[in-house]
Amino acid sequence: MRHALGLDRPFALQFGSWLWGVLHFDLGNSLFSNMPVATMIGQRLEPTLSLMAVTLVFSVLIAVPVGVWAAWRKGGGFDRVTTVIAVVSFSIPVFACGYAGAWLFALKLGWLPVQGYTPLSEGIVPWFRQLILPAASLGTAYVALIARITRASMLETLDQDYIRTARAKGLGDGRILFLHALKNASVPIITIIGIGVAMLIGGAVVTESVFVIPGLGRLTAESILRRDFPVIQGIVLFFSFSYVLVNLLIDLVYAFVDPRIRY
Amino acid sequence: MTDQNEPLLSVRNLRVSLPTEDGAAEILHGIDFDLNRNEILAVVGESGSGKSVTALTLMGLLPARVSGSVRFDGRELTGLTREEMRQLRGRGIAMIFQEPMTSLNPLLKVGYQLEEALRAHERMDRRTARARALDLMRKVRIPDPERRMDSYPHHFSGGMRQRVMIAMALAGRPKLLIADEPTTALDVTIQAEILELIRDLQRLEGMAVLFITHDMGVVAEIADRTMVMYHGRAVETGPTDEVFAAPKADYTRALLDAVPRLGEMAGHDGPQRFRGLAGTGTPVAPRSADLKKPQTVLDVRHLQKRFEIKGGIFGRVTGRVHAIEDVSFSLMSGETLALVGESGCGKSTTGRAISRLIEADGGSVMLDGFDALNVSGADLRRMRRSVQMIFQDPYASLNPRIRIGASLCEAYLVNRLGSPAEAQDKAAHLLTKVGLNPDVARRFPHEFSGGQRQRIAIARALMLDPRVIVADEAVSALDVSVKAQVSNLLMDLQEETGVGYLFISHDMAVVERIAHRVAVMYSGRIVEIGPRAAVFGTPSHPYTRRLLSAVPVPDPARRRAAHAPAPFETRSPIRPPGHVTPPLRYREVAPGHLVEETSMSEFART
Repeated sequence: MRHALGLDRPFALQFGSWLWGVLHFDLGNSLFSNMPVATMIGQRLEPTLSLMAVTLVFSVLIAVPVGVWAAWRKGGGFDRVTTVIAVVSFSIPVFACGYAGAWLFALKLGWLPVQGYTPLSEGIVPWFRQLILPAASLGTAYVALIARITRASMLETLDQDYIRTARAKGLGDGRILFLHALKNASVPIITIIGIGVAMLIGGAVVTESVFVIPGLGRLTAESILRRDFPVIQGIVLFFSFSYVLVNLLIDLVYAFVDPRIRY
Repeated sequence: MTDQNEPLLSVRNLRVSLPTEDGAAEILHGIDFDLNRNEILAVVGESGSGKSVTALTLMGLLPARVSGSVRFDGRELTGLTREEMRQLRGRGIAMIFQEPMTSLNPLLKVGYQLEEALRAHERMDRRTARARALDLMRKVRIPDPERRMDSYPHHFSGGMRQRVMIAMALAGRPKLLIADEPTTALDVTIQAEILELIRDLQRLEGMAVLFITHDMGVVAEIADRTMVMYHGRAVETGPTDEVFAAPKADYTRALLDAVPRLGEMAGHDGPQRFRGLAGTGTPVAPRSADLKKPQTVLDVRHLQKRFEIKGGIFGRVTGRVHAIEDVSFSLMSGETLALVGESGCGKSTTGRAISRLIEADGGSVMLDGFDALNVSGADLRRMRRSVQMIFQDPYASLNPRIRIGASLCEAYLVNRLGSPAEAQDKAAHLLTKVGLNPDVARRFPHEFSGGQRQRIAIARALMLDPRVIVADEAVSALDVSVKAQVSNLLMDLQEETGVGYLFISHDMAVVERIAHRVAVMYSGRIVEIGPRAAVFGTPSHPYTRRLLSAVPVPDPARRRAAHAPAPFETRSPIRPPGHVTPPLRYREVAPGHLVEETSMSEFART
């Protein structure tokens, strides 16, 4: 056993051969099923990607307008209510949110499926219906985070001289808010969207377990319980790599938003 | 429709209150004025007089409570709805602001921002808008408008951005242009160009202009009529000539007295205090006998500073900004050497390199016996005691969380010059000397006005008994009367302590008062240096002449018939990596009065 896993070799050699494999897209085999780790990750990729994409897109679509409006009417009723909601959303654990949502919308009201996952290949509507609850519970804290940062960034931008210029030109409020101000406020917002992806990765492990979604998050939880180290290693590496990639993309997006940034 | 003889703008008993944390505070206490069509009315006053509040109220850009009446073009503006006010902005009344660097949206192309202003008030397709935007850019004399349409604001200089702002303001063909300190942030030569442009466009477009400024020179230069404001009231309104020749209000008289006038020092050799508030303009002379024997406290030889520009993915050096090309001068104890020039000429960089706030790339600096560029460790600390700095912005240069007393004592204690009790005694002594109550040591910076803070900064600089003080635009941000007081204070202190000032400034009129000698910097070099009376009286370098002629004279009778010097693009200080600077050649036109000759040819065409 020790010899089969190479555990009798020196540490540096073990790490070296693992690294060599990684460079050749060989993450090793599962101790449990003996399947290649890369294949296992590939099989479980779609549900997780779907969950994250839906969460990300809808979180941004909800959070940014909320933050913009709260900044525009700073200190007003909307601003205060959303501030309270944001604090609460930060504080609720993902699983609590998930179980409460499943109980209310799936069990009591019967509007949405309780758990499981429908692949995209079986149609976009069932796929989406099945993702609403998990995405909502995963995205709660994410929405709150983005909305707060949007509000703060917008408040700062709305104080700038060029906003005064835009108003002096006689532009309408919508144009001032969503073109002149939001574009200038967007660099911190984009940054936090990227950093928040880490939050989503962590949340996915919990959400997928709560809603029994056969994705990478659930594979993580299962592998930890089975002490399937090659799989855990592979997934951690994969998640880290994705996170770095997302943030690299975000760095490149800055240059599109702000002509003063050049690489 | 409307009567052409009736004033375009008629303001009656305008009161404005702004919300503060302790309820509303009244900023304007009932002002009245008229502005006729085709007229330039200057609103002049010091900070806090309510001049900008007046302008922003007319534009409906303040969250303020307004009472009284504002009639514009036959229409009452108080009580208009948000939407009616929005339609009026840009079309009826347009506005340009003080800060050209921040007033344009940095993420949108200049052409787009102009098109947007055009399309905000008139239906037109993008092609028409683009053509009209091009016309506007030509109208404000932006060179090469086709190409610059698609540039972003950060590719424009301050003066060019202000031109864009003016073009944008003209987009809605306004009847009234409000210009809120439009030239304050600009260099004098650029200021002269922008003033001329505003005057020309006012005539061409038949607009009325409400010109807000704190600078009496600019007022004299541009305004038909002038309104003087003080603490939210209009203390005097009248034709500009009359206001200057026979001011009726006491405040106007005091303000005019405090204004430094370029040229009024002709015939005097040494510096003189400002008259007015302090009484007489006494000459400055060292008091004690040993101070009368001046020694060289600062000797700068061939100082150089380059900033590298890196490009490409490997960060190769693609060019260097020659911030200080080659600068040499010396400063005696008890002497003030003014370093003048426009932004980007390297004057501040020079001051910082001497006090080792930045590291120079070459040359030598002997400071009070120290080889200033090469000392390190304990010697560097000792050297720093000999040179102290005063900065421009009194709001930003004191740590807001540290009490005044602690700020003052910090350097003294760090240098182990004495016990904490001695430090406090010295701080109290210096605070008295700069005209403050020693009790202020217990307070925080935000409790003081700009002038008081600058006094504190001066006291802080004196804590270590420096031989040299580098005053980087030390009085530039202050109101006229405060500027005169602080300048007088600097002269008093010099008389008493024999400190040498390196007085970095763009304000020629203050320099004329305060300096013994003047060095004019251009593009990282000193192009002319000599006794103040000689440099101002018989300027020998074309750049010096250009700089002096651009300074607005606070006397409407001497308004320039001829116009601003021809527009002139300042030489870029960026050089390719291998560039070797040709040696500078100075010619002595009079004893101690040197002129640089290699740079003269650059000005041949102007």
